[in-house]
Amino acid sequence: MMNRDEIAERLAASGYIADGELATAISLMQLLRRPLLLEGEAGVGKTGVAKALASVHATELIRLQCYEGLDQSAALYEWNYQRQLLSIQAHRGDDADAVEDQIFSEKYLLERPLLAAIRRDQPPVLLIDEIDRADDEFEAFLLELLSDFQVSIPELGTIAATAIPHVVLTSNGTRELSDALRRRCLYHYVDYPDADREARIIMARIDGASTSLSLQIARMVESIRKEELRKVPGVAETLDWAAALVGLDIRDLHQAPETVHDTLMCLLKTHEDKTRVTREVTERLLGKVA
Amino acid sequence: MSCCGTAPDFNDVDEASRLVSAKLAAFLKTLRDNGYAVGLGEGQDAAALMAAGYVARPGLLRSAFKHLFSARKSDWERFDGIFDAFWLGKRVRSRSVTMGSTKSANNPSLKNLPNNQPKSNAEEETGMDQVPSGEDAPRDRAGEGRLEGASRADNLAEIDFRKLADPEQIEEAHAAAARLAKVMRTRLTRRDLARRRGYRLDLRRTIHGNISHGGVPITLVRRRRKAKPLRLVMLLDASGSMSMYTGVFLRFIHGVLDEFREAEAFLFHTRLAHVSDAMKERDAARALDRLSIMAQGAGGGTKIGESLQTFNRWHAARVIHSRTCVMIVSDGYETGDAALLGREMAALGRRCRRVVWLNPMMAWEGYTPVAAGIQAALPHVDLYAPANTLKSLTALEPYLADL
Repeated sequence: MMNRDEIAERLAASGYIADGELATAISLMQLLRRPLLLEGEAGVGKTGVAKALASVHATELIRLQCYEGLDQSAALYEWNYQRQLLSIQAHRGDDADAVEDQIFSEKYLLERPLLAAIRRDQPPVLLIDEIDRADDEFEAFLLELLSDFQVSIPELGTIAATAIPHVVLTSNGTRELSDALRRRCLYHYVDYPDADREARIIMARIDGASTSLSLQIARMVESIRKEELRKVPGVAETLDWAAALVGLDIRDLHQAPETVHDTLMCLLKTHEDKTRVTREVTERLLGKVA
Repeated sequence: MSCCGTAPDFNDVDEASRLVSAKLAAFLKTLRDNGYAVGLGEGQDAAALMAAGYVARPGLLRSAFKHLFSARKSDWERFDGIFDAFWLGKRVRSRSVTMGSTKSANNPSLKNLPNNQPKSNAEEETGMDQVPSGEDAPRDRAGEGRLEGASRADNLAEIDFRKLADPEQIEEAHAAAARLAKVMRTRLTRRDLARRRGYRLDLRRTIHGNISHGGVPITLVRRRRKAKPLRLVMLLDASGSMSMYTGVFLRFIHGVLDEFREAEAFLFHTRLAHVSDAMKERDAARALDRLSIMAQGAGGGTKIGESLQTFNRWHAARVIHSRTCVMIVSDGYETGDAALLGREMAALGRRCRRVVWLNPMMAWEGYTPVAAGIQAALPHVDLYAPANTLKSLTALEPYLADL
C-alpha cells in the first residue's frame, strides 16, 4: 500500500496538478476501501482525477458514463443473443439440456463496464461518471454492487470480484443523490483551481506557454469566474483559451487587449455571457491582472 | 489529553486509547448536532484512521476526517471550522451554530426588523427592490439550510401575508410550500413510470426487424411514446405590489427547482432575471441570498410586457419544449405598455403547451381583473387561478399531471 507522500509524488509525475487534499483522499480509498465521490461544477477536472488515479496505480481505467435510462444490460452484462441463436441452430438435434448449459456459459456473456471491473486480475479504476444522471433505481442497484462486489446472474450463478476495483463516482449535482450512497463514499469537493495551480496546469498542458503568460491567463480567468455568468468557464476552457493565445503569438495580455477580448469566445459559451462581458468589462478585468 | 498531535505520554496504552475514543465519540456527536449524517461505519473507520497513525498529524487527520464525514458540499465547507473548534480549541465560528438556536436568535429581531437587521433577515424582504450589500453570504450558512431559510423568509411574510401573522405559522407555510413541490414531483414522476411499464410489443416491426434472424424474434420492438418529462417554467413577479407573496413563492420555486429535473425560474420586476442557477443552491438561505444580488436595480413599477419580451426573445427557444407549462405569478399591475403585454402573451401562448397565470389577489374580496395589464393578458391564458393559499397551490397538481 502506498503512503500519502508517494501518492502525491506519483500524481505529480502523471501530470495531474492536484490540490493538496486529493492525495489524502486517494490514500484513504486504499485504507478504508471506500469509493470516492467527487462533486464540483462542470469543467473542474473531476474525470481527470480518475485518469490520474489510474496512472498512480498504473492500472486500467474502466469508465461507465451514466445517463437517464441506463439499465443493467448496458452497465453490467448482456447475453450475446445472436451467438446463442447460431449455437442453437448448429446443435439442432442435440440434447436440449446440454445445449442450454452451453449457451448460458461465460463464453456467451457480454461484459459491460461494471462486470468487467470486478473480473480483472489487477484491480482497475472504475469511473462511474455523472451518477446523478442515472435513475434512482440504478443508484440503488449500484449501492448493492459497491458493498458486496459480486454480481448474480440468474442463469449462471454468482460472480464474485477477483479484485476490488478503485471506484470513483462523479456528480454534477443535477439531482440530489441518496444519503445511502453518500454515506458509503468518501467525499471530495473539487473546486476551481486557484490562479497559481491553474497557471501550473496551463504550463503542463500547453507547449510554449511561458510562466508569466500562464499566470496572467489564470488570473484573468479567475476574475472572469467572479462575474455573474450563466456558464462559468472550466479548466478545459482555460486551456482552449491559453492555446488560442499562444497560437496567436501573444506574450503579454496587456499588449493586445483587442485580441484578448476577441478570443474570449473560448471562455464564454452563451449569448448572454458574451453580451455581458463587453469591451469595457474586459478592460476592467485586464486592469486587475498584474 | 493528547489528541492534538503530541505523542501520548501515557504508560497505560489502554487508558490513552480509551480517552481517544471517548473524545472521538464526542466529536461524532458534535458532527451529528451540526447535521452531518454520521453512522457506526464512519465511527469505526475514524477509529481505524486514528489507530493508523493519523493522530500524530492534525492537518492530515482533519483532511482525512473531512473526506470521511462529509457527504455534500455544505458539509465539506463547514468541516474545517468545526474540526478546529473541537480538536484544536479555536473559537467556534458563528456558522457552526447548533440547530435550534436559530429560532430564538431570530425572535428579538422580529419586532424591530426593518431598521435593526438590515443585513440578514430584512434583506430578503427588501432585497427584491433594493441594492443589497452582498457581503453576508458566509453568515447565511448558520444552521442548517431548510430551517434557516424558513425563519429568514418569515420576516418577509410577516409584514403582510394577509391572514398569516404569527411567525411560526408563516414558517410552517413556507416549509409546506417547499414540501408541496417535493410531493408534486414524486407524484408526477410516478405517473410517468406507470405509463412507461405499460408499453406493448409492436408486432409488425418486431417481425420485420427479425427477418434476418430467420424470423426468430430476438430483438423486440415496443410501441412507445417518447415521453418528455414535464417541464415547469416559472416567472415570478417580484415587484413591490407583490412583496407579501414573493416569500412563499420563492420557497415554492426553490422546492420545484430542487425536485423537478426540468424546471426553470425567472424573476421580473422592471427587467427579467434568469434565476435557475441561483435557486438550485441546495441551501435555501444561500439561494435567496444569491438571488437578492441578482435582482438588484429594481425601480418602482412592473414591466411585465417588456420582461416577457426579453423572455420570448432570449430564453423561450431554449427553455420551452412541447411539454412545458409556463407559470406566471403576478398581480398583473402593469406600469408599462399593456398592448405590448398582450402581444407577448399571445406569442408565449403559441409557443408552449399551457400558460398558467396565478394571481394571489384574485381571492381578495371584491377584486376584479380590471387592470389594463391583466385585461390584455387574460385572453391568452389557459388557466387563471388564485394562489394565495397552499391549498390553491396544491389544487394545481392534477392540472399539471394532465399535460
